[in-house]
Amino acid sequence: MDIESRSQHGVRPMITLSLKDLAVRRGDRTLFEGLDLDVAPGEAVSLTGANGAGKSSLLRVVAGLLAPVAGAVRFEEGGQALEPAEARARHLHLLGHQDGFRSGRTAADELAFQVGWCGGTVEAMEAAVRRLALGALLPLEVRRLSAGQRRRLALARLLAAPRPVWLLDEPLSPLDSHWRAEVGQILQAHLEGGGMVLAAVHDPLPIPARTCPVGGAA
Amino acid sequence: MNGAGLLLRREMALAWNGGGGPLLACGFLLSLAVIVPLGAGPQLDQLANLAPGLVWLALSLASLLTLERLFERDFEDGTLDLLAMGPLADEAVVGVKVLAHWLTIGLPLALMTLPVGISLGLAPDQLPLLAVTAALGALAFSFTGGLGAALAIGARKGGLLIAVIVLPLFLPPVIFGAGALVAQADGRSPGPALALLAACVLVAGVVGVLAGAAGLRGSRT
Amino acid sequence: MFGLANPDTFARVTRPLIAPLWVIAAGLLITGAVWAFRVPEDALQGDTVRILFIHVPAASLGLAVYGALGLSCLFYLIFRHSLADAAARAAVLPGAAYTGLALITGALWGQPMWGTWWVWDARLTSMLVLFLLYIAYAVLRGAFDDEGRAARAASVLGLVGLINLPIVKFSVDWWNTLHQPASLLRAGGTSLDPAYLWPLLIMMAAYFALFLAIWLTTLHTEIMRRRVLAMRARQAREDRHV
Repeated sequence: MDIESRSQHGVRPMITLSLKDLAVRRGDRTLFEGLDLDVAPGEAVSLTGANGAGKSSLLRVVAGLLAPVAGAVRFEEGGQALEPAEARARHLHLLGHQDGFRSGRTAADELAFQVGWCGGTVEAMEAAVRRLALGALLPLEVRRLSAGQRRRLALARLLAAPRPVWLLDEPLSPLDSHWRAEVGQILQAHLEGGGMVLAAVHDPLPIPARTCPVGGAA
Repeated sequence: MNGAGLLLRREMALAWNGGGGPLLACGFLLSLAVIVPLGAGPQLDQLANLAPGLVWLALSLASLLTLERLFERDFEDGTLDLLAMGPLADEAVVGVKVLAHWLTIGLPLALMTLPVGISLGLAPDQLPLLAVTAALGALAFSFTGGLGAALAIGARKGGLLIAVIVLPLFLPPVIFGAGALVAQADGRSPGPALALLAACVLVAGVVGVLAGAAGLRGSRT
Repeated sequence: MFGLANPDTFARVTRPLIAPLWVIAAGLLITGAVWAFRVPEDALQGDTVRILFIHVPAASLGLAVYGALGLSCLFYLIFRHSLADAAARAAVLPGAAYTGLALITGALWGQPMWGTWWVWDARLTSMLVLFLLYIAYAVLRGAFDDEGRAARAASVLGLVGLINLPIVKFSVDWWNTLHQPASLLRAGGTSLDPAYLWPLLIMMAAYFALFLAIWLTTLHTEIMRRRVLAMRARQAREDRHV
């Protein structure tokens, strides 16, 4: 077992996520309604559906960045309901198309800020940098990174700041086949450590995952 | 390091990173200071009357010009999403960003008013008061401007829009700040005006932080 | 009272009020205007005193309508009801028009009385700021593609304007006393003769009724517009399914 996944054990609280009768609207269009989903620690769920079905919106609703028109998102720790704002501030990672890296700053500065902001340590960040082979990229300005390199930099935040709930929006799309396999292992280690993964995908995840279709049915 | 310190450091670094930080605003103030004597004539006694007005004009314009980027870049590149999922409440995020704006733009501008005041023939004993009122006024501008910038996140025409919605809120600090200088020049105590200016800063701080946080929340769609 | 928050209930209850309000507003305006031309000339101001009957109600209503706008914004922020947002939006045009009218008639009045169109005195400046606040609300409300986003942002600004207005008023008063002694303002502010008071009150009521009529009509139009949009959306969905 490698360093990160061992450090993930023990520190991580076991969080359960449940979505009840969720309905989400963008503008005057209802994306989906009546969506129920329960995710336990150690579980991965693939959100599937056509473009515009509402997969990304669902992730933003779980992250508290978008208000549902009906239904509720609940986080529980050991059967105890958590305050949603508290849970989102401490137990959630959202990895979307917009990674929050400012293009004119160096990868090292930006990663250090994001990891610190999410509560990670310097040691964990160094371990994550090694795991994702980012060492040579850190002195570069973010604008000089390719899409795949940027995605790896963003993944380093998830590794370095241990939070159990990972909300991933197309996590693999810019990565090559080597890094897709590597990220598959990272996700697997995260699940084994008691974390959960909720991912919007078009291609299946390289790990065993339940499928939850979004939209379309309504 | 705690969240507030981290965010403050990043904001200050960003100010220097993209566009030279205080240099831009100070250069702006100096260019205005050159234009005024050329337009109004070089008589120092007349220019001294204009000096407070010029300082307030430059402060408010420099604040406005730099405000557009206060939240907009963060909104575009997803930083606001990340900030929403960290240790600080929205109110604190707004407060820290505004504070960084004041430290990188407002304070250097307030210092810069000293040479400008001298060159425009302001009495030397007025200079300390000029710097103090400018520093306080710039803080009020940063707060109210932060409010405007947060409300305008994602709007179709950012810069001008912020100017229009924020200018009515800029008036009280201008009135009291310039009032303190005039009072001192007339041989009266600038104390009451200064106190009122400080009160404006407090009101702007409370309203700016609360409404700015409401603006941040409103931008999440 | 909160039953009225339902747009359909609101439309049903207020529908019968609209036509009478327009009639009342027109009647009061005509009465007030005719009366205003029959009052005796002022010893000091001559005929120009008649501007009073246009100017004073416009200024008062300009302020009062902003109060209505700010309260609507507050209701929107608390209850998130689109009717409150529509109410705030519907108040902008009459409010800005009254304020603009007060500024213009003030300038027309100032020219013969003070010898200048514009004075930077406390009253004028704070009315100008009020006008700017209306503009600020309107431009922010129209600056977004997303309706909900626009309503939320503009409501916060409208509410802040409500707090800001007394502060501006107060600071401008202070500024005025500093710069110029109150020599000019006394001209219009004398206590009113009953001969002037009655037509003035009638004009006030006329302006108020006119505002209510415009407000309700705009709200009804907005409710109807939304119904049409909803119907079109439903139609489009059904067409797709067929």
